[in-house]
This record gives sequence, C-alpha cells and structure tokens, in this order.
Amino acid sequence: MKAGIVSYGAYIPRYRIAPKTIGAVWGNDGEAMGRNLNIRAKSVPGPDEDVITISVEAARACMAKVSIEPTDIGAIYVGSESHPYAVKPTATIVAEAIGATPVLTAADFEFACKAGTAAIQTTMGLTISKMMKYGMAVGADTSQGAPGDALEYSASAGGAALLVGTDHVAAEINHTVSYTTDTPDFWRREGQRYPSHGGRFTGEPAYFKHVVSCAQLLFKRAGSQPQDYDYAVFHQPNGKFPVRAAKQLGFKDAQVDTGLCVRDIGNTYSGAIMVGLSAILDEAEPGDRIFAVGYGSGAGSDGFDITVTDAISKLRRDATPTVKRMIETHEFIDYATYAKFRGKILLREA
Amino acid sequence: MREVAVIGVGETEFGELWDRSFRDLGIEAGLKAIQDAKIASEDIDAVYIGNMSAGKFIDQEHVSALVADYAGLADRHLPTVRVEGGGACGAVALLQARLAIASGMYDIVVVGGAEKMTDVGDVQAAEILSSTADQEWESVFGATFAGLYAMMARRHMHEYGTKREHLAAVAVKNHKNGSLNPEAQFQKEITLETVLNSPMVADPLGMFDCAPLSDGAAAVVLCAADRARKFTDAPVLLKGSGQASDFLAVHDRRDLTTMDATVIAGKRAFQEAKLEPKDVQVAEVHDNFTISEILAIEDLRFVEKGKGGPATADGLTALNGKVSVNPSGGLKARGQPVGATGVAQAVEIVRQLRGDAGKRQVAGARRGLTHTLGGTGATAVVHIFERGA
Amino acid sequence: MTQAIPRFWREIQSRYNLVGSKCGSCGKVDFPPRAVCPDCGRKSIGKMQSFKLCGKGTVVTYTTIYDAPSQFDMQKPYVMAIVEMDEGVRLTTQLINVKPEDVKIGMKVQATFRKLGQDGEAGVIHYGYKFRPAGS
Repeated sequence: MKAGIVSYGAYIPRYRIAPKTIGAVWGNDGEAMGRNLNIRAKSVPGPDEDVITISVEAARACMAKVSIEPTDIGAIYVGSESHPYAVKPTATIVAEAIGATPVLTAADFEFACKAGTAAIQTTMGLTISKMMKYGMAVGADTSQGAPGDALEYSASAGGAALLVGTDHVAAEINHTVSYTTDTPDFWRREGQRYPSHGGRFTGEPAYFKHVVSCAQLLFKRAGSQPQDYDYAVFHQPNGKFPVRAAKQLGFKDAQVDTGLCVRDIGNTYSGAIMVGLSAILDEAEPGDRIFAVGYGSGAGSDGFDITVTDAISKLRRDATPTVKRMIETHEFIDYATYAKFRGKILLREA
Repeated sequence: MREVAVIGVGETEFGELWDRSFRDLGIEAGLKAIQDAKIASEDIDAVYIGNMSAGKFIDQEHVSALVADYAGLADRHLPTVRVEGGGACGAVALLQARLAIASGMYDIVVVGGAEKMTDVGDVQAAEILSSTADQEWESVFGATFAGLYAMMARRHMHEYGTKREHLAAVAVKNHKNGSLNPEAQFQKEITLETVLNSPMVADPLGMFDCAPLSDGAAAVVLCAADRARKFTDAPVLLKGSGQASDFLAVHDRRDLTTMDATVIAGKRAFQEAKLEPKDVQVAEVHDNFTISEILAIEDLRFVEKGKGGPATADGLTALNGKVSVNPSGGLKARGQPVGATGVAQAVEIVRQLRGDAGKRQVAGARRGLTHTLGGTGATAVVHIFERGA
Repeated sequence: MTQAIPRFWREIQSRYNLVGSKCGSCGKVDFPPRAVCPDCGRKSIGKMQSFKLCGKGTVVTYTTIYDAPSQFDMQKPYVMAIVEMDEGVRLTTQLINVKPEDVKIGMKVQATFRKLGQDGEAGVIHYGYKFRPAGS
C-alpha cells in the first residue's frame, strides 16, 4: 500500500520587497545581489500575519479542494523555524481553525527548512499503518535575515499544507528517502532574534552534498533517471542553488521551471519545496511524475518520487487561488514599511 | 406620579482642569447647585451620581459615597446611588432621581454628573470611551468609538447624500455657540475649512468632528413640584422623560442611520409631556461626533429623516433658528466630561428657560429638551423641561 | 486593551470559524451565537442551534481608522467595515488587501484568518477573522 497527497494548499503573503530596495539601505548594489541570487523579489508578511496565519490559510486552501471531513484528520504537524510561540504549538491553532479538533494528535516540527517534508514522511507512516485516515503536513515560515545580512535579500514568508492519506490519493508517493548528517551550516540559538550561518560553508558541504546525495539515493531506490520525470523541485534558498543541483543531477530547465517559485517570492524556508510542489500540482495532469528533494540545514534532505493519479482531476483546484495567481497578486513596499511590518523598529511597549 | 421640578443648577467649567481632582469637581458642581436652590443640607433626601468610568479613569469606584462624603454630607448618612449607562449615565441618574421623587419616597434629591478624564493619556482615554461599544465584537477587531460613528456617517452619506460640509456645519455652529458660553472648553469660533482640513480620525470624521476629552461636573437639585415654590420663584418642571435601549453593537441595529433608541425615547418623553417637537424652542443633544447631532435632530423629529445635514447648514438649528440646538456649545465645544454630560445638558436647558443664559440666550425659550446617548446609541434618554407658570 | 486569557479563549469557535447560532423556531441566524432569538424570544429558548457562517458577505458601510489604540499602531491607517453576511446577519470587521480608496459599499468580501492582537510581546496572541475582497 502507498500513501500519497490527497490534497494540497499554499499561501503566499501579498507584500513584496525588491533586492534593489534592500541594497539601497545598506549601501549595496541590490540589483546585482538579486541577479546573483536569481531573486526578483521576496514576499513579506503583513503586520497581522505569522506562521500561524499562513499555516491556517494554507490548511484551509487544502481542505477547500476536497469534500473530506476535517475530523477525519488524525494528525496535524506544522514544520517551521519561526513558530510565533517557542512553547505552545502552532498545530493546535491550525487544527481548531479547520475544525479538526479534538480527536487528533498535533505537534510542531523543527528542522530548519525541511521540517515540513519531515512532517510528510511522518503522516505517510501514520496513514500507511492505518493508525489514522488522514494526516496533515504543513511547512511554513516567516523567517528573517538580520538587517544588512546577505540573508535579508532572500528570507521571505509563505507556506503550504498537504493532506496525506491512502485513499482519494491525487498524487502517489512511490518512494521517499532521507540523507542526514550533523553539519552546522545555519542555526538560530534559543533567544536569538536572527539566525546565523556559515557563509559559503552553506553551499558545497551542506546544501549540495545533502541534496545531491539524497537525489542519487532516490534514483537508486526508484530505479529511475532524470528523464523519467515531468517535474523536479528542490529546496530553493535562492534561485541559484536548485538550478545548479538540478543541472548536476541531469535535469533540464523545463522540468525545474514550474516549481522554482523562489525567483518571485524568495526563500520561504520550511514552505519552499512545498510551495514549489503545490505550484506543480496546480497544473499537473494524471500520470505526471514529480521528483522532489528538500533540504534543511543542520543538515538533511528528504526526497520524494511522486506520480500524479486520475484523482487529481476530482480536486477542486480552482477553489482557492493557484500559486501562480498568488505570485502575480502582489504589492511592493519600501524598506521603511518592510522594517515596520517585520518588527525591526523599536517601539514602546503597547 | 408627583410632578418634579428643578430648583437649582450648578456646574464647573469644562476643560483640561489639571489642578482639580474628581472630588474637587463633584463638590464644586454640587455645592453650586445647592446654593442656587437655596436649600440646606438637611433638606436633601438622597444623592444620585452619573459617572461612566471612574474605575478606569481614576481607579476609583464607589464614587456616590465619595462625593456625598466630600460634600460634607457623610454624617447625614444619605442614600447615595451611582448610575452607569455609558455616556447617558447623567441623564439616566436624572430620570431615576425623578422617579424616586415622583413615587413619594423622597422630596429633594441632588443629581450630579462628573468625569475626570485627563488623569490618563489621550489614547487610553479614547480606549476607555470605546468600552461602551461592544468590546468583544467591535473593539477587539479594531473598531474605535469614532470609527463606529464614522460608519454611521458613511452610510448616512450613502443613503441621503449628506456631505462632509454638512457634518462640518455642526461643528462650526456649536463652536460659535461655545464662544458665547464662558464655561465652555472651547470659546473660539472656527471656520468650515478648519473642520474640513483637520486631520482624519476615522474617515469621514476629522479631528474637529469629534468632541474633546474633558474634566468637569454638573449638578441639579430636583424637588417635588408642590414644594418647589418654597425654594424658588422660577422652578422648571420636568414634564416628560423617555429612555430606551437598543442592540449594543452598531452592526446589529435595524437601521445604521437611525438611532431607534433615540426615536423611542423621544416618543415616550413627548407623549408623557403631551407635546410635539414643534413645541420645543431649545434642545441640548448628544453631539459627541458631528454625525450624532444630525442623527439626533432627525430621530427627535425636529427635521425630516435624511435632511439633518442641509438643515444644519441652512441654519435651522442655529441660535434662535427654528429650534436652537446645543446653545451651550454642546459636547463639541462646551466639552465632554462623559458622566457630567446628561446633567450639564439639563443645567443649560434650565438656564435657558429661566432666561439666565447670557449672550447665548434663546429668545422666548419656554420649553427645552435634552437628549443623551450611551455608547453608540444602545442607550438614549430624552427629558423635556418647561418653565414653571 | 489587554484581554484576559479565558475571555478570548472561550470565543475561539466564533472568532476562528464564524460559528453563530440559528433559531430553531424561525430560522434566523445570529452572530455571535445568542441564547435567545431577538425575534422569537421565549419560544426560541432551548432551540438555538450552533451554525457556521459561510464566510461570504457584502460591505454595508466602512471607515478608515487613522487614530487607533496602540494595539493597532502597526496597521494604521486601516479599514473597518460592517459586513452583511450571506446568511443575513451583520458583523464588524477589519478589511485587508484593499486600499482605503478602493473600498465601496456593496463590495463582496470573504473571511480570512489573521492575528488580531496580543497581550504584549510575552503574552498570548489572539487570532480571528478579518475580511478581504472576494477572490483576492
């Protein structure tokens, strides 16, 4: 028996800031920075948005596509590195806001940018084992780069929710593999406001080693090669790394293009690969095959070999805006507004 | 029911009275009213106090006993009552005191109204004011007090073509009246442009569409009419009173551009007084925002529904117009110490009917009306007064 | 304007999911839920059923708030509206994703989920509905 994606939903905040606007504040050539990162803009959450609201929006978009009782969901896991509460789960609020309470289990996951894919694997196990009918895996972030740090050009906000189960499966997960080591390339210590990173150390020994190794494991497990897939999507901390990894693995640009949302919205961290996967599912046809490899600093990669089924045509994919539409619906803001929205201005206590 | 008369009035000046406390204000107004009535403390049977939120403004509840105490009445052990009803509390206190005398239980009752609003910051004061709206289903979502009135104004504009200039005309008129009132908080005339160009508070209401935050107190002495002549040659009779309530939240009301509570309270008061709106020469209405006065003059049937704006702009409600509305300057210019409002309106009407209103005297004023709102109109009180024959 | 924890918590169903009530006697929908139907009075006691609104409605009136409590400082100026829900009941809500000058009476809107406020930096965060233009 296989588990798979029963439904999906993504959410991207509407505000954007351009690299040029950020660079202008810090005396950098922001446009060049953007070109180098292959990022045209990054999404910014509104002052009333956080990982909880983004997760709820995504979870509701996911449930809007199907006629499944929310109370049939046995588990909700939300992966993020920017949960609004250090202690107090995001997942319970999501559960309450989609009407899935009280008979379910819920928890928040953290594994840098791959906490959401870890949640997918967990819910696969729980549904294949028949412990529950459906599980929901959410990946969402509103992560921040320190002002002036290179990360500030890419750290954005967004998320996606996948409903995982073994019936009404719209996209079957044929195989999943993971590749994990202890590699401190990026972290945030307890109580620290902004994450820290190892600079260029985040590249070869971290992102590329894990993504490529995981991808190779997945090819081996599935007995497949790049040309067997219609789409490929990778964790996308910027627009450069996933393109290079894809090329190294033998994928063509056309396979990668649909899921490469980072160019228009930046790095949504835990949301990144799941938003990319949602963009693919927005347009995929029955029989399409998808290759997905996420990455989380610290470090690890989760890979998925997916086949879209006939059931995708039964999903109400137009019930909520597509990823493409959310990317197109935007409002650019200046750095002052961005700083205000992101809480970078010191205020007196309300 | 025994008839009831007003035999004494008193009030403090209204404004930012930094050097005076809640106690100081309550006592000053009360003593002035007692002196005006020429009664002795032994004559007083009870004290009623209208106060909206001393608990939040000065951290003090139980203000009825406090005021009686500091007025030197503690050893008389009088019954004291504090009445709460949002911004209408002073008018409700007046009504309750009237009932107590009408029933025969008391003969003479002092009714005070007081609020000390400037001991907290102005943002906090605005929040306290909005606590008379629905906290759980309006305020929590970001609807400010001004915002709720602004939404009524927007709907009035939509349904009746009312313009910002019409709203502004209320402020211009009331500031003009205030300039004639030596106790008003603002005694300066303003122009239409000043109102229209003032910073927005809640569109379409600008800063000059809103009444200020004020400190102040007012008091009246009520007496059974058959005993009134013993104390004064110019008693003013309380001929009719009406009070009504409505849904707490604006969104639940039948019509966003009519305050049903005002309509019903007005009908009840006129019915009891056996009078019609045309019989009234002077009215003090609750103009906490400019739109409020427009709604009030419509809902009290001084003008046709929807015509309140043009009527004001055309001067129908100006001093010595068809009906003189808010000759004191209203909440807008005289000031808005919330708990004092309903009582201060009565003080003004009594002065007008006695012919004691100085430069703002309405010629030939024989009957007057007060109209007071609680919250955004979930409570309304109307009293009708008549010069004693 | 801090909210005690249980005071907000007990309204979660209505704030998150627009759960109101429906009169078992006349069918009128109320939001938030009422124990007594304003139209039927005593007849409705014990007959009020829980009822979830569909989340779609129409703007009846609106305002842009410039002077706001400190809780809302970050969002100023923001739009508030009274919305008539498709079920007939009205509610007061913030409108987002729309510029003040683009709001119109009669505009179709739909519910969304946002942060409403918090009890300071260390306190509980409150969530609930805000509305946005339909289809946005």
